[in-house]
Amino acid sequence: MRHAVAPTQNVENTSFAVTNLLKICTHCERLSKKDLGVRIPRPLGNGPSRFIPEKEILQVSKVDTRTQSIFEDAFAALGRLDNISLVMGFHPQYLESFLRTQHYLLQMDGPLPLHYRHYIGIMAAARHQCSYLVNLHVNDFLQVGGDPKWLNGLDEAPQKLQQLGELNKILAHRPWLLTKEHMEHLLKAEENSWSLAELIHAVVLLTHYHSLASFTFGCGITPEIHSDGGHTFRPPSLSQYCVCDIANGNGHANHHDNLLSDHDMCGEVEVLMERMKQLQECRDDEEASQEEMATRFEREKTESMLVVTAEDEECVPSRDISRHFEDPSYGYKDFSRRGEHVPTFRAQDYSWEDHGFSLVNRLYPDVGQMLDEKFQMAYNLTYNTMATHKDVDTSMLRRAIWNYIHCMFGIRYDDYDYGEINQLLDRSFKIYIKTMVCSPEKTTKRMYESFWRQFQHSEKVHVNLLLMEARMQAELLYALRAITRYMT
Amino acid sequence: MEKMSRVTTALSSNTISGRTMFCHLDAPANAISVCRDATQVVVAGRNIFKIYSLEEEQFVEKLNLRVGRKPSLNFSCADVMWHQMEENLLATAATNGAVVTWNLGKPSRNKQDQLFTEHKRTVNKVCFHPTEVYMLLSGSQDGFMKCFDLRKKESVSTFSGQSESVRDVQFSMKDYFTFAASFENGNVQLWDIRRPDRYERMFTAHTGPVFCCDWHPDDRGWLATGGRDKMVKVWDMTTNRAKEIYCVQTIASVARVKWRPERKFHLATCSMMVDHNIYVWDIRRPFIPFATFEEHKDVTTGIVWRHQHDPDFLLSGSKDSTLYQHMFKDATRPVDKANPEGLCFGLLGDLAFAAKESLISSDANRKPYPGGDRRYPIFFFKKPDQTEQFAHVSSALSVFETDLDSNRMDWFVKTAQLYLLSGKPFAELCDHNAKVAQELKRPQVSTTWTMLRIMFSDPANLPAPGLNHNLIKPGTLPLMSSFSMKEMGSGIGTESRLERSKGDSRQDNSHLEPGNSHISNNNEENEETEGSEGQAEYMFGDAELDDDDLYSMEHDNQTEEPEYTLPQEAFQLRHEIMDNPSAPEHLQQDKADSPHVSGNEAEVTCLTPIESFSLISISQPLFSPHLPASFFCPIVREMLSYYAEQGDVQMAVSVLIVLGDRIRKAIDDLTQEHWYMSYIDLLQRFELWNVSNEVIKLSTCSAITCLNQTSTTLHINCSNCKRPMSNKGWICDRCHQCASVCAVCHHVVKGLFVWCQGCSHGGHLEHMMNWLKSSAHCPAGCGHLCEYT
Repeated sequence: MRHAVAPTQNVENTSFAVTNLLKICTHCERLSKKDLGVRIPRPLGNGPSRFIPEKEILQVSKVDTRTQSIFEDAFAALGRLDNISLVMGFHPQYLESFLRTQHYLLQMDGPLPLHYRHYIGIMAAARHQCSYLVNLHVNDFLQVGGDPKWLNGLDEAPQKLQQLGELNKILAHRPWLLTKEHMEHLLKAEENSWSLAELIHAVVLLTHYHSLASFTFGCGITPEIHSDGGHTFRPPSLSQYCVCDIANGNGHANHHDNLLSDHDMCGEVEVLMERMKQLQECRDDEEASQEEMATRFEREKTESMLVVTAEDEECVPSRDISRHFEDPSYGYKDFSRRGEHVPTFRAQDYSWEDHGFSLVNRLYPDVGQMLDEKFQMAYNLTYNTMATHKDVDTSMLRRAIWNYIHCMFGIRYDDYDYGEINQLLDRSFKIYIKTMVCSPEKTTKRMYESFWRQFQHSEKVHVNLLLMEARMQAELLYALRAITRYMT
Repeated sequence: MEKMSRVTTALSSNTISGRTMFCHLDAPANAISVCRDATQVVVAGRNIFKIYSLEEEQFVEKLNLRVGRKPSLNFSCADVMWHQMEENLLATAATNGAVVTWNLGKPSRNKQDQLFTEHKRTVNKVCFHPTEVYMLLSGSQDGFMKCFDLRKKESVSTFSGQSESVRDVQFSMKDYFTFAASFENGNVQLWDIRRPDRYERMFTAHTGPVFCCDWHPDDRGWLATGGRDKMVKVWDMTTNRAKEIYCVQTIASVARVKWRPERKFHLATCSMMVDHNIYVWDIRRPFIPFATFEEHKDVTTGIVWRHQHDPDFLLSGSKDSTLYQHMFKDATRPVDKANPEGLCFGLLGDLAFAAKESLISSDANRKPYPGGDRRYPIFFFKKPDQTEQFAHVSSALSVFETDLDSNRMDWFVKTAQLYLLSGKPFAELCDHNAKVAQELKRPQVSTTWTMLRIMFSDPANLPAPGLNHNLIKPGTLPLMSSFSMKEMGSGIGTESRLERSKGDSRQDNSHLEPGNSHISNNNEENEETEGSEGQAEYMFGDAELDDDDLYSMEHDNQTEEPEYTLPQEAFQLRHEIMDNPSAPEHLQQDKADSPHVSGNEAEVTCLTPIESFSLISISQPLFSPHLPASFFCPIVREMLSYYAEQGDVQMAVSVLIVLGDRIRKAIDDLTQEHWYMSYIDLLQRFELWNVSNEVIKLSTCSAITCLNQTSTTLHINCSNCKRPMSNKGWICDRCHQCASVCAVCHHVVKGLFVWCQGCSHGGHLEHMMNWLKSSAHCPAGCGHLCEYT
């Protein structure tokens, strides 16, 4: 995926009135000119997602009562129904849990003031150059009375938030490098110091938005054009991105004719199911030695690094979004590529259920509970279907995906045979996961389409939910472990 | 383990002795277990698996079971248990899902005996049957429990919890066939070992995972469970439904719980996170731990009583890589440090006092509490603990009521309601508040307000000199201490009282006779006859600094220009203040202060300085007449602190608000916040919601103003179906109707909705106002005569 201002698009800066804030690219200009000079906001893609055909996505008017009421709740709480919710609408159970948590994090009682929360959201989303989320929260930020000056960049924000930049950076890209010194730095900084409760709140927000950025890119969420008002009515500071930039990649008329012929992929699902079956059956007779298991984890780990994500040229994000964070070149570095040895994180020694939950719940009551529910919901969500097949136990597949993501973050489950991952996740799927989790901004429609071709879109969204939650948990675990170490 | 069956021989005469001691392990421990004769302990963890023998003075490493160059994950133990019948037999639960047994009798270095790899996920717990040598039970993350016969290669039966991961399994001490299992979803199940198809009983014990359970070693039906919800619960399992009989609330999630041997009501707990201590609780006294062991520096992961019949030795392993033996006599007893007395004031001045019963009874005949006229002693007794030397836990509660009249808080309520804190020019606010205080017979407060006005007012807008003039005409120089009141408006001077404020929040109003008598410490210092002519004098028991300083200044002027009358000087002086452009208070004073001050108030204005003047010696240093208002800030600050300390936080806060920026910077934020909080708390106790809200609104502390932002949810019912509306204010998700429709315009009201309390019709505030201007009837047409005020 591209960064806000895509170089290939011949960006032409047309300055408007007082400010040079509103940039518009030729494409959009052409669009607007067609309309007799009246700039009418136009939807960019069709529907909420660029990856999923609009007709596949639930129509708000045609959903069942449960989803309907969830949508209503969401609308009432936020005054909008964003495309993320629409896409998640494939999985209403999860959506409900997700919205409740997000609502609590942003709106309900908590240690941080409201505008801080949105600003942290902006910082986190900007780390992944997710202009969709950034714009969404710039709006909210101003609405709750945030100082517009802060939006000019992190340097304009209070010292306290600036200090969070480092944590944001590490957490987003290499959470395994977090140490208690980082936490100490935040908690012990004289007058600008964070309290433990605030820090937990901030950490939860950061991880939430990092992973949500993954989801946004992974599902190709398009920015919504508000029915009335549209983007032209936004305060000038919001309109710095041309709408098509916000789309973040692939450009507009990216009508991928389904050139990927399906015929060579037929039977993909069957093969996968067959493998799952085999794994389940032959599990007992072929017992790998412990050393073997360990090496399998290492292999999977190293292999995950070899899964090259799309184009690997180091691309420095455009200035527009990057001003919300520092050190734009800092990105995901593979776990042990440079020989710097980071000890494996043993899931059994610091798990969300036992340790993470207790810590979060102690310092930020109720949120622990909500996150716990959300993780469980994502992990256990199943309809027992795979593509067209019914009554399939997908737990093995879900666990493989979950553990594969944790594996990329260096979290190891003693009781998992990482050989299974190799059996169950094929290369294109791995590429997709890796891209989405580590550098979501590079996700392309092609990636989305090239994995699991026979699966339905709702299933792919399901996968995205898994990825998102697994990533969030992995980041949280590292952050919380660092905080725990600081406390002991 | 300590809770094994009593088949074993009782503790022989003097086998166990020792002291509190510890040793360093190489790695964090996950679990520990002792062998039957209490001489050895096994420590297991991810990177450690060792046996230590317990010597008199120290731990001695006996055996390292972790052998091999590159130990496999089978050595990574989540749990360990030493068989209580067979000395050589150990079982461990590995994080990779293996259950391993170890035979110490093996000659080779590797003592591994059997390996069961039937579980798919981490095994959380292993448990040997207390009396059966070959029976081993395991509980795993995959939700299954398996029973192994150690003579066979694989499990004999598998129990499926049908719910989530198993966190703990424990064989019952007394029922041969029963075991309990606790689950991650909060359930506890009882199983019969012979019936693997279905559990005997299941109940929800905790919200969130139940990390541990433990059967009482003596009492057949008692099961203790500990969970992530920070509770330890004791269940009576003998009845049909498991009944919660005791509950202890701890401060962190409970990782382990172990009944204390030989003590029916005691159990030890340690926590999973945050808290590193080991607590021993008397479950009958759940609020304070009976004993605490505070040695560990990181979370305690394993606790075990050293011997099943000895309550004095506790062993513990921790993530800080130490193994401890705690002697019970060395434990800290939090109860000794706890304050056994409690004291609390009621809203109306009642006082409740709870103390150890012994304390009270020994002093039973003491004279009644000075402030109170009645006494209601209420005694609570707890059964004295026969088995343990827990501190005597009976206490007595006495309640003292105050005399209804002497300590009325009416003044507080009235003051709160009548004070004006904003909305008018500064001087008017001061005058108003001074008047309020005056009417409530609190002259000190009243005077303070007046002085504040003088000190901080914009001089240009002060009352015209003529106004003052009639008040303070006659003061001739040497006689400053006593002031003639003759010139005062005739009707005013009559309210002549001397009030002595003890500086208490409740005023002991001692009303003195009007006239010449003055009772004041300070009067002795006056050389002149006091109040010979004046009808009224205001005396201050506690002379305030600001009075002195203020007056000393005026006095100085007088000494210089003796011919002048006081009021004029005062006026001039103010002019000079105004000339000083740096006075910060001018910034705030954008509106012209009203010059109209009633004679009544003005009287007070002048009286105070005069009175105070008498208290100071003439030899005070001269002050420059160029006094910016900020000059007074330290004094005012002191005064506010004084009021607050005396309990009149109302005054402190009111002044703070009225003065606003003039004083705010002189007082540190924390103090301000503290005052605000106290005052708001008081107001809310008196149900003065409006006032409290106003105070919150006017406060400048961010911590206070945000109080208004919390808990702003308003729950409403749908007007159609009368059911609660869940999230949206204007559409009901049950009947799918717009609930709040404006009766005038028939549109949905989003925002302010006003309705008639008689007929309950209503709508947009504006629409209703307009409608009811022209019509008396309800716009809905119900015929009700609505009224809008």
